[in-house]
Order: sequence, then structure tokens, then C-alpha cells
Amino acid sequence: MDFSWLGDPFYQEYLIEGFINTLWLIAVSAIGGLALAVLVAIARLKGPRPLALAVQGFTIVMRGTPLLVQLFFFYYGVGRLLEGIPGIQDSVIWPLLRDPFFYGALTFILSVGAYSGEVLRGALLSVPQGEREAGRAFGLTPLQVFTRLWLPRAIQLCLPTLTGEMILLLKSVPLVSTIALMDLLQAANLIRDETFLVYEPLLLIGGIYLAMTLVLTLVLRQVERHFPGMQPERGRGWLPRRLPHRQREAS
Amino acid sequence: MNNHSQEGLADWAGPILQGALTTLEIAVLAYAIGLVLGLLGASARLSPWAPLRGLATLYSTAVRAVPELLLIILLYYAGSQALTAVTNAMGFSGQVAINGFVTAVGVLAFVQGAYMTEVLRGAILAIPRGQLEAADAFGFSAWARFQRIVVPAMLPNALPGMSNLWLILIKDTALISVIGYSELFFTIQQAASSTRAHFLFYAAAGVIYLAMTLSSTALFARLERRLRRGQPNTEEA
Repeated sequence: MDFSWLGDPFYQEYLIEGFINTLWLIAVSAIGGLALAVLVAIARLKGPRPLALAVQGFTIVMRGTPLLVQLFFFYYGVGRLLEGIPGIQDSVIWPLLRDPFFYGALTFILSVGAYSGEVLRGALLSVPQGEREAGRAFGLTPLQVFTRLWLPRAIQLCLPTLTGEMILLLKSVPLVSTIALMDLLQAANLIRDETFLVYEPLLLIGGIYLAMTLVLTLVLRQVERHFPGMQPERGRGWLPRRLPHRQREAS
Repeated sequence: MNNHSQEGLADWAGPILQGALTTLEIAVLAYAIGLVLGLLGASARLSPWAPLRGLATLYSTAVRAVPELLLIILLYYAGSQALTAVTNAMGFSGQVAINGFVTAVGVLAFVQGAYMTEVLRGAILAIPRGQLEAADAFGFSAWARFQRIVVPAMLPNALPGMSNLWLILIKDTALISVIGYSELFFTIQQAASSTRAHFLFYAAAGVIYLAMTLSSTALFARLERRLRRGQPNTEEA
């Protein structure tokens, strides 16, 4: 085991850039993905029928195909098609459309939106109808019922599953190394190419990921405990969780 | 440069079909081995002997905390190095194609086993205690109890999780393409870069994977109905 390359500022820079990009990608995808998940869930429950069906199709496709394939589809497939549109290379959004980060984030947002949207839909369905009627009876508008009552109650019910989705998101980030985005794995690959070491850089980022998973698990556990309506001591919802049993689906 | 783009989907249909078969072979074998590893892991996690319990916990926790792609790359190098050493020692050399297949299966099975350990452990723990005590009271041997009571009672509980793992596995086989073994997605990548019809071929890949996952979902649903045939109809959802 030779870890002497760790002292080289050149390689340190790779690792730091990879680490920062990894964190950025997780943050952007988590926020964007969860926002999309709310839209997906509400479109499937309350949207007009054509929209509900379209969203259901989107969910089935995103959950039934490998994330790696989706990444290639958007980066190489859609990306190359966009390249062919006349004039687009002079437009203001072109730097964005050329950036692998954009495609990585786009794919992850859609993926998180599809998986978490399904979770959220199930949770929205298990909030008792009477609570929403109570909200209406107190004079809340339908929008207020959704934002202040229905959605928060649903999130209470499915929070452990949603935090599980975030861990899975963290673990899918290395896939972006295949579209030449500088994440931790890509940093390790570059270091391996330059130092001819097979295992050491991979083991290092394996350790970093292990630590990141642990830290994220602890942080999310705190979020679960402090979410309004959760009983702090038991750390679980005080209503029985009636969500369908599922583990899911990484890649 | 346009004379290259003459070949299209039809020219690649054969190799892609071959790749899809390879993918299914890898997935089925890895699933079977993963199931065995998962059973061993679950038994070890529930064993009264602490070191064994610790070892199994370490296996399932560490493997599940590290990204699959990273594990697959790491284990692929370690595994193919070990296999080459073994085959060289036995006097064969240059059997890289077979080694690629074996390591692909081995790596996926190893990862799958860790997730399976947790699914099966949960399912075994969900068996009502009285059923096991009844088996003991009737004088079942440990093996008979396992085979006649534990497995049939656990399977309906484990099946949703097992079905999820199978879907994950099918999707994880695409990761094998990263290390350059020629399965479905690797073939697709070659086709896409050779014909430059990226959009078409990646969309086709999506359709093929979707067909695999959707048909698997339907099969597992039938299997679960069959396994639950002896159980009272507990209305879910």
C-alpha cells in the first residue's frame, strides 16, 4: 500500500475538486429532485387524467431503466441532438448545455423525482381523509390544506423512506465519472492513470464514501427526530407507517 | 464522414440481442449466488455466536455503505487478478473472456448478497415466534425446522424485498460495462459510437431494460400470489 501521492498538492487538488463537485451534485439533485417529487405526486393524484397518465409513464420509465443508461441518454443522446440545433452554440445557455454537470444534475433530479414521487404519492394517500376535511372546515383554502396540512402529514409518514432515497442518491454520484464529470471517482481514476496504482486511490475514496454515508445517515436521523410532529424520543412517527414495503433500487 | 452513419439499428440487432442474453445470464447467476450468500449472511447475523454475527454485520453494512460502481471496479480488479493467478497456476493462460464473465457474476453476487442478507434477516425475524416454538415442540430437527417452517414462512415476507433486489440487479448489470465486459450496455455504447446515432441506441437500451424489469415485476407478482395462497387474505392498501 503506497499512499505517498496523498502529499502531492497536484493530486490533492483533484480530490478536493472531486469532493466539492460531489457535494454540489448531491445538494442540487436532492433539492431539485424532492421539489419535482412533490409535483409528480400531486400530478398523479389530482392532475387531469392525461397528465396523471403521462407522469405515471415517466415514473415507470425512470424506475425501470438503469441510471447509467439514463445518464448516457441525456449526455450523449440528447446532448448531441442539441448540438445540431442551428444557432444554439451562440446562445447564452450553450455553456450550460455543454457542461456534464448539467446533465448529471438533470438525470439525478429526474430520477429522485420519480422514486421519491412514488413514495410521496403513497404517503399522501395514507393521510386520513378526515384531516383534510377538518382543514377545509376550518376555512383553509385547498392550497393551504395541501401546503400546511396534507403535504407535511404525508412527509411525516414517509420521512424514513425519503431519507433512504437521499443515501441512495449519494451512492449513485460516482456514475457521473462515466460522462467525464470530475467527481471523487473520476479524481481517483485520474490519479490511478498517473501513478499506476490500481487499488490505493479507489480504497481512499471508498473510505471517503463510507464516511460520507455515515455522516449523512446521522444528519438525516437528526432531521427525522426534529421534524415537527415526530416524537423525539422514539425517533419514529407516532402514527403507524402504512407504506408499502420497499427497499429499492440503486443504480 | 456520413458514409459511417449508413449502418443502423438493424445491423446491430444481432450483437445487441447477444448482449441482452449475456446480461440475463450474468443477472440470473449473480442472483442465485447472491441468494445463497444472503441466506448464509442472514443465518450468520442471527447466530448466537458473536464473532460470526460481527463478521456478517460488517459484510452487509460496509458493502451497503459504499457505492456499487466503486465496489464493482475495486472487486473487478482484485477478482480478475486473483482468478488470473489461479488459472496461471493451473497452467492455463489467456482465458480473459471467461474470467471477465466469472468476475462480473462474482462481483454482482457479492454486492447482492449483502442486500439479500438484510432482506432475509428481516423476513426471518418477522416469523411469529410461536410457529418456531411449535416446530420445536413437535420435535423437528434444526434442519427440518429450517426447511419446513422457516423457509416457507419467511418467503412471502421476503418476496417484495427479493423482487426489488432482482430489479436492482438487472439495472446494476449495466455497471459492468464500465469495466469493459461486453454485456448489453457495452454493446449499445459500441453501437452508438460506431453509428453516431447516440439518441437512438440509448433510447433502445432503455426500452430493452424496461422490458426486462416490467416482465420481471409481473412474474414476481404471480409468484407472490402463489406463495401467499395458504395465508389468510390480509387486505393490503
